Amino acid sequence: MRAYLTYLSKRLVQFAVVVFVGINITYLVTHMTPIDPVEQSISAATSFGSTSPEAIEMMRQSLRQLYGLEGSPWEQYVSFWKRILVGDFGPSLSAFPTPVSQLILRALPWTVGLLLVSTLLTWFLGNLLGGLAGYYRNSRVLRAFGVISMALKPIPYYVVALVLLIIFGFLWPVLPISGGATMASDRSNTFAFALDVAVHSILPVLSLMAVGIGGWFMGMRSLVSNVVTEDYVIYAELAGVKRNRILGSYVIRNALGPQVTGLALQLGAIFNGAIITEYVFGYPGVGSLLISAVHAGDYSLVLGITTISIVAVSATVLLIDLLYPLIDPRVEAR
Amino acid sequence: MSALKIFRDLFSHNGEFAIGLVLLLVVLAVAACSFFSPYPPMDVYVVPPDVPPSWEHPLGTTSRGQDVFWQLTFAIRNTLLFGIVVAILSRIISLFIGLISGYKGGWIDRVLMSINDTFVVIPLFPILVLFYFIMRDQMSWALLAVITALLGWAYDARLIRSIAMSLRTREFTRQAVFSGMSTGKIVLQEHLPFVLPIVFSTTMNNINWSIGIEVTLSVLGFTDINTPTIGGMIYWANQHAALVSGIWWWVTFPVVLVIMLFIGLFLLAISMNEYIDPRSRLSRLGGQA
Repeated sequence: MRAYLTYLSKRLVQFAVVVFVGINITYLVTHMTPIDPVEQSISAATSFGSTSPEAIEMMRQSLRQLYGLEGSPWEQYVSFWKRILVGDFGPSLSAFPTPVSQLILRALPWTVGLLLVSTLLTWFLGNLLGGLAGYYRNSRVLRAFGVISMALKPIPYYVVALVLLIIFGFLWPVLPISGGATMASDRSNTFAFALDVAVHSILPVLSLMAVGIGGWFMGMRSLVSNVVTEDYVIYAELAGVKRNRILGSYVIRNALGPQVTGLALQLGAIFNGAIITEYVFGYPGVGSLLISAVHAGDYSLVLGITTISIVAVSATVLLIDLLYPLIDPRVEAR
Repeated sequence: MSALKIFRDLFSHNGEFAIGLVLLLVVLAVAACSFFSPYPPMDVYVVPPDVPPSWEHPLGTTSRGQDVFWQLTFAIRNTLLFGIVVAILSRIISLFIGLISGYKGGWIDRVLMSINDTFVVIPLFPILVLFYFIMRDQMSWALLAVITALLGWAYDARLIRSIAMSLRTREFTRQAVFSGMSTGKIVLQEHLPFVLPIVFSTTMNNINWSIGIEVTLSVLGFTDINTPTIGGMIYWANQHAALVSGIWWWVTFPVVLVIMLFIGLFLLAISMNEYIDPRSRLSRLGGQA
C-alpha cells in the first residue's frame, strides 16, 4: 500500500507538471508571437466592406479584453490562468452568445465515445493478434496480417481516412460517410437511434483502427516472442499446461505491462488522429468544432478546445497510470 | 566493412531494406524531375484543365490548368524537404536534451525529463492549429518547420537519454572525466558517436511524422497554401470538389506517391534498426534475445 501511495503521488505531480507546461505553451503561443491577434481579427472582419472608425475602435477594445491583453504582462498571465482554472473561456464569437464551454460540452461525448470505442478495440485486437502471432509463429494468416498492418502503420490518419472515404463514399457506397447520426432522425426510439449512431461511426472507427492496430500488433509480437523463451513458460509446457492457458495467463499477462504504458504514451497522438478523422467524416465532435472554429475566426473557442484537450488527455493518461497496478501488481515506486 | 559493402549486403539480404530503398528512390526521382519542369510551379491555366491521363499529360491535368505530374514533382520535393528540415532541427534538440540529461543525471535529468514527458503526452495538433490561428497569413513554410521541430523531439530524446545513461557508467567515460575532459567534450566526442546510428534510424520515423503533420495541416488549409506540397495539392483538389466531379487523378496520384514515401521510409527505419541492433531481428524471428 505504501508503495502504491508513493506511486500515486508521483503520478499526480507528473500530471500537474504536464498540465502546467501545456497551458504555458498555449500562453506563449498566444502572447509571444510577433503578430497582434487583435489587428489580425479586425483586418479579417473589416475586409468585406467599410466599417466606421468608431465601430473598429469598439471592436478593438472588446477584443483586447477577450484576448486578455490588458495590463502588464504579469497581470495578463495571472488573468489567463484564472480564466482557465474556472473553465471560463467567454462567449463564442461564431455562435454568439453561447458560452464556449457549453459548445465544447455538447461536442465532447461524440469524441469521447469515438475514442473510447476505437482505442479499446484497437488495443485489444492488436494485442490479442500480436500475442497469437508471437506464440504461434508458423501461422500464415497471422504473418499476412503482420505485413498488412506494417504497411498501414506509417501512413497518417488523414490519408487512411481519405482512402476509406473514396472507397466507401464513391466506389462502393454502402456506409454513411458523413455525420454522427442521420439528420433530423427520431431520437425517441432509443434503439433505432443507437443503431444509427453505431452505423455512422463504423468508418471513423475503422480508419482509426487501421492506423493504430499495427503498432500494438508488432509490439506485442516481439514482447511475446521474448517471453516464450523464458524458463517458466518452457516448464509450463513440459508440465502439460494447456497452450491457450499458457498464452493467456502466462505469456500475454506478463507482456501486457509495457503495452499499457505504451497506451498512455500514445494517447496524445491518438487524440490528434481522432480530430482529423472527425473532420474527414464530418463527425460532430471536438475535432470538427476546432476546425470550424478556426475557419470562423473564433479565438475563444480555439483556445478553449486546445486547453481542454490538454487537460483531458493528461487526465486520461493519469487514469491509465493509476489503473496500471491492477494489471501488473509488482508495480513499485519508480 | 566499408559503407558501400554494408549497403550492398543489406540490399541483397534484407527484403525490407530493398523494398524501402526502391520506393524511396522512385520518390526521389519524381522529386528530381521538378528541376526539368516546363512550367513554373505557381502558374495556373498553363494547360487545358480537367484532361484525364493521356500521352501528353501522363497523370492528367487539374481544374486549375496545371499538369498533375509536373505539379507533383514540385509538391513532393517541398514535402520531402520539409520533413528533412524538421528531422534535422528536432534531432539537434533531442540529441542535446538526451545526451545532457543522460550524462548529468540528478535534478537536471529530472527537470528535463518532466518537460520531455509533457511533450510526449500533450496533444500537439491543437497547439499547431492554435499557432496557425494566431499567425494566419504570416504562416510560412519555414516557420511551420521550426514549430514542428520544436514540438517533435521528445520521443527520441528519451531514447538517446537511455543510451547516454548506460554510457556514463562505462570505463572510458570515467577515464575521460579523470583526464579532465569537460562535459561538453565528453558528450560530443565520446558519447555522440555511440548514439548516431540510432539517431539515424529515428530520423526516418521523424521525417514520416513531420510529413504527416504537414500533409494534414495543408489539407485543412492551415499552412501557406501557395507553396506546392502534397497536402496543398489535396487541399486544392478538395476545394474544386475533384472527387465529386470525377477528376480522380488529381487526388489519387499525390496520395499514392506520398504513401510510397511513408512506407519506404518506414521500411528503411526498421531494417536500419535491425542492422544496428541485431537482437531485434532475432526477436522478430522468434529466437532467443
